[in-house]
Amino acid sequence: MQLSLLQQQLINDHQQGFPLCSAPFSELAQQYKVDECEVLAAINSLQTLDVLSRLGPVFDHKKAGASTLVAMAVAEDKLDHIADLVNQFEQVNHNYAREHDYNLWFVVTDKDMVALNKTLKAIEEKTALTLLILPMEASYHIDLSFKIDFNDNPQEQHQLKHKEALR
Amino acid sequence: MNYVAFHARAPEQALSSEQQDKLRSLLEQGLPLVANPYAQLAEKINAEETQVLSQIALWQQQGLIKRFGLVVKHRQLGYQANAMVVWDINDQQVNDIAAKLSKRSEVSLCYRRPRQLPHWPYNLFCMIHGKYREQVLQQIDEITEQLHLKTINKAVLFSHKAFKQQGARYQRGKSE
Repeated sequence: MQLSLLQQQLINDHQQGFPLCSAPFSELAQQYKVDECEVLAAINSLQTLDVLSRLGPVFDHKKAGASTLVAMAVAEDKLDHIADLVNQFEQVNHNYAREHDYNLWFVVTDKDMVALNKTLKAIEEKTALTLLILPMEASYHIDLSFKIDFNDNPQEQHQLKHKEALR
Repeated sequence: MNYVAFHARAPEQALSSEQQDKLRSLLEQGLPLVANPYAQLAEKINAEETQVLSQIALWQQQGLIKRFGLVVKHRQLGYQANAMVVWDINDQQVNDIAAKLSKRSEVSLCYRRPRQLPHWPYNLFCMIHGKYREQVLQQIDEITEQLHLKTINKAVLFSHKAFKQQGARYQRGKSE
């Protein structure tokens, strides 16, 4: 994926500390010496390219509500189907397949513990599988900004090799 | 460099708790991509732009908001090698070792979670994101060696498919 220099700069400079002022995009435009509409267009197209999840706040899980990591051991041929069932719950985000007997991993968030437990029970009933429930007990590291290296892009070839290795 | 031009201070008139809930719900969907996004949010919750700006600044100050900016999908940018490394570290040592692990630049997240015996013996979770699987495996080897963790039982769980990747929505059902 080829991103413009402005898009690359926005990604590496503004994962945190986005301007809190009346015209934030205009402020960014001044920083990069471009027009406000160019900044808006750059961010818009990041969204269209599905590179941007959103522009906004990341709330602290602990302070903002109740959440937990959950794992399931799913038969390989049922994985897509079960993942789909799990995804139907709007309380589920970050749902990944991982290489392990516990092969489906997702985060469930809800407004409080009571609501969270209710949702977990409902997921268990819907999938007829047991959940491994792993709530966070302590956080040692908060990832505020992740520097993206735009110069080293994995070749298509390389990605294919990974996929083959996974089979 | 400080681009937070609007400093946290007590707003002239604080938002009602209903307005706060609505604002949080709107923010979780992402800032509108218009010239004056905070004014647009303010209009939706029947408030002034300054009240919205003050509220967000206050939430940042209180730590409710960890960061505010572009939330990027790493996989789409070539970061396909995403490993969750889990360790079974005895309870006396786990905090010390976690502190050392979280200082490593390769480690983007580090959490302690309960073991669920007999199914799950691991209590410390680290995330390492990279572009290449071999590179991430090598980083894990280096960390293991340098922090003297060779004798500790661990597992490396690479992800190979993202079924869902979205921000948490805590306020669902309360605001609409």
